[in-house]
Amino acid sequence: MNLTLVAEQALNGLQLGVMLFLLAAGLTLVFGIMNLVNLAHGALYMVGAYLAAYFFGLTDSFPLAALLAVAGTLVVGMIVELVALRTLYQRDHLDQVLATFGLILFFNELVAILWGRSSIYFALPPWLSGHVELAANLRYPLYRLLIIAVGLSVAGLLWYVVARTRLGMLIRAGASNRAMVAALGVDIRLLYTVVFGFGAALAGLAGVLAGPIYAVQPGMGELILIQVFVVIVIGGIGSIRGALAGALIVGMVDTLGRAFLKPVLSTVVSPTAADAAGPALASMLIYLLMAAVLAFRPEGLFPSRGS
Amino acid sequence: MTEPLLETRGLKKTFGALVATDGVDFDVRAGETHAVIGPNGAGKTTFIKQLSGELRPDIGRVRFAGEDVTALSVPRRSRKGLARSFQITSIYRDFTALDNVALAVQAHAGHSFRFWRAAREDPSLTHPAMRVLEKAGLEKRAHILAASLSHGEQRQLEIAMALATQPRLLLLDEPVAGMGTDESQRMVELLATLKGEKTIVLVEHDMDAVFSLADRISVLVYGRIIATGSPAEIRANAKVRAAYLGEDD
Amino acid sequence: MITSRTWVLVAILLLLAAVPPVAALLHEPFYLDLLRRVMIFAIAATSLNLILGYGGMVSFGHAAYLGIGAYAVGVLAHHGIDNGWLQWGLAIGASALVAAAIGSISVRTSGIYFIMITLAFTQMLYYLGVSMTEYGGDDGLRLKVRSQFSGFIDLNDPTSFYYLVFAILVLFLYLTHRLVNSRFGLVLQAVRSNEARTRAIGFSPYPYRLAAFVISGAMCGLAGALLANQTAFLTPEFMNWTRSGELMFMVILGGVASTAGPLLGAATLLLLEDMLQGWSVLPKWVNDHWQLYLGVILVLVVLFARRGLAGLLPGKERDD
Repeated sequence: MNLTLVAEQALNGLQLGVMLFLLAAGLTLVFGIMNLVNLAHGALYMVGAYLAAYFFGLTDSFPLAALLAVAGTLVVGMIVELVALRTLYQRDHLDQVLATFGLILFFNELVAILWGRSSIYFALPPWLSGHVELAANLRYPLYRLLIIAVGLSVAGLLWYVVARTRLGMLIRAGASNRAMVAALGVDIRLLYTVVFGFGAALAGLAGVLAGPIYAVQPGMGELILIQVFVVIVIGGIGSIRGALAGALIVGMVDTLGRAFLKPVLSTVVSPTAADAAGPALASMLIYLLMAAVLAFRPEGLFPSRGS
Repeated sequence: MTEPLLETRGLKKTFGALVATDGVDFDVRAGETHAVIGPNGAGKTTFIKQLSGELRPDIGRVRFAGEDVTALSVPRRSRKGLARSFQITSIYRDFTALDNVALAVQAHAGHSFRFWRAAREDPSLTHPAMRVLEKAGLEKRAHILAASLSHGEQRQLEIAMALATQPRLLLLDEPVAGMGTDESQRMVELLATLKGEKTIVLVEHDMDAVFSLADRISVLVYGRIIATGSPAEIRANAKVRAAYLGEDD
Repeated sequence: MITSRTWVLVAILLLLAAVPPVAALLHEPFYLDLLRRVMIFAIAATSLNLILGYGGMVSFGHAAYLGIGAYAVGVLAHHGIDNGWLQWGLAIGASALVAAAIGSISVRTSGIYFIMITLAFTQMLYYLGVSMTEYGGDDGLRLKVRSQFSGFIDLNDPTSFYYLVFAILVLFLYLTHRLVNSRFGLVLQAVRSNEARTRAIGFSPYPYRLAAFVISGAMCGLAGALLANQTAFLTPEFMNWTRSGELMFMVILGGVASTAGPLLGAATLLLLEDMLQGWSVLPKWVNDHWQLYLGVILVLVVLFARRGLAGLLPGKERDD
């Protein structure tokens, strides 16, 4: 276990963290401001990935495909919001869970109809598929560095919007006291639509970035969605800061855990025991982390509501 | 002098830059009816919540029946005999009036880890509940769903639920809120029957109710108590008139 | 209290009781199998209804207990222990224990947190199941020998097995009915109806919710043991979160906080799934992509038929 390997895995952890952040940021705002449990968020991520693959096939230009895919996801998101989600704002969480669950089934099958059930291969264009020499012995894929860069820029942009603009102020206010914002005469409907659109676009962006490195297949959204839930619980609902902190922590813990838990474990217990318990424990790590955080801070690390 | 049944010492609560409760010393003697009045935004609700346990003060202590209860949760304070009625009616809308009160009785009848016997058919719960409903004048409405009761009846139900817990002290938050004259009158009559029997802290805006029921009145303005005294004293107090009652009353 | 709802429930139970002889007459053992499956899920849905319908706790992790119960049977069988009493005892016990562990952390939270946390813990168990390669991991585990209750009952006989499941269903329906109307049950409903008020009169919600969570998990564990015997096969998919979603759907389809609801819901959902997939009367493009239509139907039900099927029956506003 050498330093290069650790550095590489750390970068992978950062990359996963950034992807989780893109998904968590939109979702946590939707949770916090609209009090809407939206399970279909993962479906938007999937739509983004599929659209990116499709447009890339059409145009052969990655940037153009990305743009079209994000725009397309935004449109799909807006349609879903208009048709199905509007009525759910007033409903209780159970209804929201079930309705969005139904949407997941619908979208998973829809993409299967359009593009088949097996995963789609999304090849990177040559200019993106190289490696970068970061340090002696450390060659890291360019594409993953791009993801990290994009993710951190989005984080910076979001920070700017939330901390420095009027819209951001409304978002922060809405996250900590919904009723108050409405009472102040702000057009709540418009705010909701903007926030939801934000979230949908970010989910689509995450899907675009994910396409080339993760499998593009029906159901891909749900796999990552649950990790996103863990991020939000750890970070605190309604808080972008929390989403970032949670995402980076979860990304790191999960990646490093999977890579190094077994070797680390075998220094304390027998190799066979480590072999048996290692992978199981590694996959459970982020949930155990979540449980630990909840035991001490049930509202998450950076809750947006004053308790 | 005997220790007051309820008292606060140096109670302070801030929300960010807003000081909602600013060093409040307050006491209630056993058997008295002590009203708390003040203009809107004076911090009455915040104060009540610190008495009931819904909010923890930043500084200061709350003592009840000789015990420091500052760290105790709402259910625990209730079990010690501190009952509360809410300003915005908070009852079980999908249960009958009888069920509502019976639940309050049940809460103080030991633990409820009983899994077999039907609670609605348990006389040890329903009989005391009916007696409380009679006292509140709601016995004819016992089997009506709470949601179907009139607003005034629902407010009465609030009081009944508080009474059913056999409290040592009643914390009543604007009991006549939103009531018409007849209903208010009936509520005041009900509360008058409790005077002396129970110790009551009454937060109210309705001055008729306050002056007819209260033994003592404390005036809360911007989180501080500016005056405490008998109704006559308060009516005559210049500071109070300026801050609250207005010159022409 | 006998209402028209009670009669409907009795009618359904009588119908269910009549299935084995009717199926035998028609030479269609398939129905025996299908309805036995419906009843097993009805048991699971009934257990979920306790905390979800009556307690208002939107637990998205209930399928975990189906898995634990099933694996209790499978793992013991794998190691040569076929004794049904032991297997099913472990199914219930292990489920109760895990529910207590998960509940002790989750029940402190509410709302969106609670939903996500229960979901996350179930996924954790799912991944645990997948990584246990000794017990089949992803591919699952075959149950070569069904739970043995020597002398008492032979589960290899479809009819005996059917009536056992039926008896357990009736028992659980009755137990649930008593439970929700007891002091314990009223506290649970009170917390759901108005938590602030419940605290104000002197109840601490946590112990009661936790107890309900554990009872519910234990019941579902037994359903898991039954399911393992039903399919003679178990996989981590039993614990998949989509399975949890299906259970929740059964509860809401049938109508929350009613005794008959989960049974109606389980029957409706499973029969609906079966029909969409297999009914040749429907066009092929429905059969092939039944999940699409199921998804749409479910969304429509949630949006427009909120009170579920039990809500369509005349009767009291709430519990029977």
